[in-house]
Amino acid sequence: MKAKVHVFLKPGVLDVEGKAVEGALHDLGWSGVGHVRVGKTIEFDFDHADKAKAEAEIKSMAERLLANTVIESYRIEVA
Amino acid sequence: MKAAVVVFPGSNCDRDCKVAVERSTGAPVEMVWHQETALPSGLDLIVLPGGFSYGDYLRCGAMAAQSPVMRAVKAEAERGVAVVGICNGFQILCEAGMLPGALLRNSGLKYVCKPIELEVTNAQTRFTSGYREKRHVMMTQGNGEGNFFADEATLDRIEGEGQVVFRYVENPNGSARDIAGIVNEKGNVLGMMPHPDRAFEAALGSADGAALFQSVMASAA
Repeated sequence: MKAKVHVFLKPGVLDVEGKAVEGALHDLGWSGVGHVRVGKTIEFDFDHADKAKAEAEIKSMAERLLANTVIESYRIEVA
Repeated sequence: MKAAVVVFPGSNCDRDCKVAVERSTGAPVEMVWHQETALPSGLDLIVLPGGFSYGDYLRCGAMAAQSPVMRAVKAEAERGVAVVGICNGFQILCEAGMLPGALLRNSGLKYVCKPIELEVTNAQTRFTSGYREKRHVMMTQGNGEGNFFADEATLDRIEGEGQVVFRYVENPNGSARDIAGIVNEKGNVLGMMPHPDRAFEAALGSADGAALFQSVMASAA
C-alpha cells in the first residue's frame, strides 16, 4: 500500500516560512490569501496485508520520528 | 576526569568542543562516532556538538536523536553523568526527549551568527556554579533554528523549577521568554543554543565559556 504522512506546525506555533510565502503571494497580487502554512509530506510504500494494522504502525512512525508532536501535527493517508 | 564528544555525520563543532574542554579543564576528551552502541567507561561529561547532523533532514536533530549512540547517552544521563548539547546538540536533546520543548526556525527567518550577551539565570547548576556572582556572559550564537518553543504550561514549569539557565539579554530569534539554555529536572542535562565552545579563551573574543566546562568537571571531581 501507499502511505502519506502530512506534517504541519500546530496552530498557534508561529510558521515563519508560511508568513514569508504569504507575504510573497500578497506581493504578487493575491491579496485575499491568508493563514498560509508550509508543511511537508512523507510518502512511502508499506508492505502490509492489514490496512488497520498498517495505519496503527504508521501512526507510531509519525509519533516517534516523522513528526515532533511538541510543535507539529500530522495526518495519515493510506491507499 | 574524562569527557567524550559525540560525532554525528554533519557535526562541525566536534573538534571545537574537544579543544574547548581540553584547554578549559585539562581533561582528556575522546571522540565517539554516532554508530557506537557503547560509550567509554568512566565519563564525567558527554558533549553533543553543534553542526548540521544528517543535513538537518526531516527536522534539526531528528535523525541524530535516533542514532545508536543516543541510547547509550540516555542511559549514562539516567545514571547521572553530565550531558551538554550545544546548538545542534540542544536540538538533538529535545528531539530525543531528554529536554522539554523544541527549536523552531528563527522568527526573523535569518541565520543569526554573532557574539551574544547572556544572563546566567541559575548559577546553582553543575554547569554554571563557576559563574558565581557573574550575571552576564558573552558567547557566540550561530544558528538558523534556535527559536526555543514549549507550551505555556511547560514554560511555567521549567521557569518555576529553575531549569532556565541562560537567557538572551537581547532576544535574537524569537525564543519563548528569551530562553537560551535549559537543564532537565535532574539538572544533569544542559541544552543551549549559544556556543561556550567558541568562547573559551580571550583570543576568541570571550573566555566566558570556559567556566561552564570547568564547573561541570569540578562537580565530577
